[in-house]
Amino acid sequence: MGLKHKTADLKKRMREAVKGGGLKAIEKQKAIGKKTARERIISILDPKSFHEYDMFVKHAGKDFDMDKKFLPGDGVITGTGTMNGHPVCIYAQDFTVAGGSLGWAHAKKITKIMDHALKLKIPIIGINDSGGARIQEGVNALAGYGEIFYRNTRASGVIPQISVILGPCAGGAVYSPALTDFVFVVDKVSKMFITGPEVIKTVLGEEISMEELGGARVHSEITGNAHFYADSEEQCFDQIKQLISFIPWNNEKKAESFPKKPPKTRQYNIDTIMPADPRQPYDVRDVIKSISDDSEFLEISELYAANIVIGFSRIAGQTVGLVANQPLVLAGVLDVDSSSKAARFIRYCDAFNIPIVTLVDLPGYLPGIDQEHAGVIRHGAKLLYAYSEATVPKITVIMRKAYGGGYIAMCSHHLRADFVGAWPTAEIAVMGPEGAANIIFRNEIKNAENPDDTRKQKIKEYKDKFANPYVAAAYGYIDAVIEPKETRNFILHALEVSSLKVEIVPTKKHGVPPF
Amino acid sequence: MAQTKDLKSDTKKPSYKSLLIENIKYRTLLTKKYQQKKPFVRKDVKKVTAFIPGTILNIYVKKNKRVKEGEKLLVLEAMKMRNELTSPIEGTIKDIYIKEGSRVTKGELLVEFI
Repeated sequence: MGLKHKTADLKKRMREAVKGGGLKAIEKQKAIGKKTARERIISILDPKSFHEYDMFVKHAGKDFDMDKKFLPGDGVITGTGTMNGHPVCIYAQDFTVAGGSLGWAHAKKITKIMDHALKLKIPIIGINDSGGARIQEGVNALAGYGEIFYRNTRASGVIPQISVILGPCAGGAVYSPALTDFVFVVDKVSKMFITGPEVIKTVLGEEISMEELGGARVHSEITGNAHFYADSEEQCFDQIKQLISFIPWNNEKKAESFPKKPPKTRQYNIDTIMPADPRQPYDVRDVIKSISDDSEFLEISELYAANIVIGFSRIAGQTVGLVANQPLVLAGVLDVDSSSKAARFIRYCDAFNIPIVTLVDLPGYLPGIDQEHAGVIRHGAKLLYAYSEATVPKITVIMRKAYGGGYIAMCSHHLRADFVGAWPTAEIAVMGPEGAANIIFRNEIKNAENPDDTRKQKIKEYKDKFANPYVAAAYGYIDAVIEPKETRNFILHALEVSSLKVEIVPTKKHGVPPF
Repeated sequence: MAQTKDLKSDTKKPSYKSLLIENIKYRTLLTKKYQQKKPFVRKDVKKVTAFIPGTILNIYVKKNKRVKEGEKLLVLEAMKMRNELTSPIEGTIKDIYIKEGSRVTKGELLVEFI
């Protein structure tokens, strides 16, 4: 046989493999708004950059007549390609082949590309669309999952790991995404749960639909398991591309610099966004946009614990991670969910050399039995831990309220912020004037002829004396009182002078954070 | 580039509520989770409820029977485990709300004391 024949044979084999589960199965995918695994990879990567590996891997099933079945690529496509010209590793489970079920060879392909990513120090993107473990392969399927989880953990904080849920992701399979940095979901397409509605019904007698149990909306809004929510796969791919532009390729690199662009100040005027009255709401994302290059802000976990806002933007072309209290929602309080959400993001930024900018305006922690019983002590502590632990440049701007424990937690000097600025509207105090006056002047108020008038008088006195940035400034707890319009410059300068920052941390294996 | 859904688009007319923290009333939106939170209910020792959903296998007591603290009341099978439920107090059974073989949900009232 000459080269011509052999090439023809190769092409034939490739055609077979590319068919996946066949036309019928592909049509079924399309009917519910899903792309095929290969189309998904191609949509995410730069055009014509995808190189596939392990196309001819055979499945390892021997029992239950599985040895007679041909499963192209064993239901997963793996390879490398580029995004914005930078290399990435990628894999996509193919639901058309045996429901994308995970067998031993399927897992081996995934772990091989994961090892590749870790060795080459480039990001890995995993597209999940699978019915779960291939039951016929028994304990080998479980071994496969375990090998993936182990690698997810080893790679954590070394290379970016992105999970895209584009179909079912059930049982043990959900733990790989949970171990990765960012999880993307699409409305009506993504489904994640440990035990599905069927099992819940038979075992517990409780009825619930897949969507209500573990749909995209649930994980974006209630559980916080998903970080990016999209209406369609196309929108999801755009979000991935946008995210990848903000983050570095590995933990030894900085994020790519982009040409500097001014914010859209006509649309987002920093002088007029915030009402002076600390009891009035506004959208803190407008403040973020008013200081970010081109007013571009990529928000993470937008729908979950919306009382804190986290995400990426650029200042003079450099990526920064933003953490901001959101007075628009729950007055911007810290609670169990918002503390966990912000803490994990801070650790992400720290692991990947992204400076952290914190915008402060919060009344403190959310009071409530549910909060106390949900462990707000432990979860709130995550925020203290994450900020204290982070050694990247930390820049804090106190815009309005910074009361009590909230003041400490939101990257104060005491947790080693490198630069703390405060607007003239800042109120840095042990608690809000109303609460403080009621405690300090309790007896005077009680014994007064007209308690209500005295209370008002005392609140005013307290406000005049303490509801400002100058008491804290007098102790050096804030470095500068700045006009709002100077904020971008303040942050920019701080970034410039801290670009060589080195912080020595005590030698340890690792800390024991309040997970 | 595409952004995730704006919060504002979900709440076209922001319906601000007030949230009281340390005697200060803040105008703000509430999250779905906050609105759906369940009020705290103190545990009533006279009511024995299912701590896990499952099936009632055996019932050892009858209505109006006097039982000691720690005495076996029933067996609740859940997740392939047979859980013996014992009496939390010494008292008389007011009523039994389940039969052997009943499927119960979490928190369902099983036995009540007078």
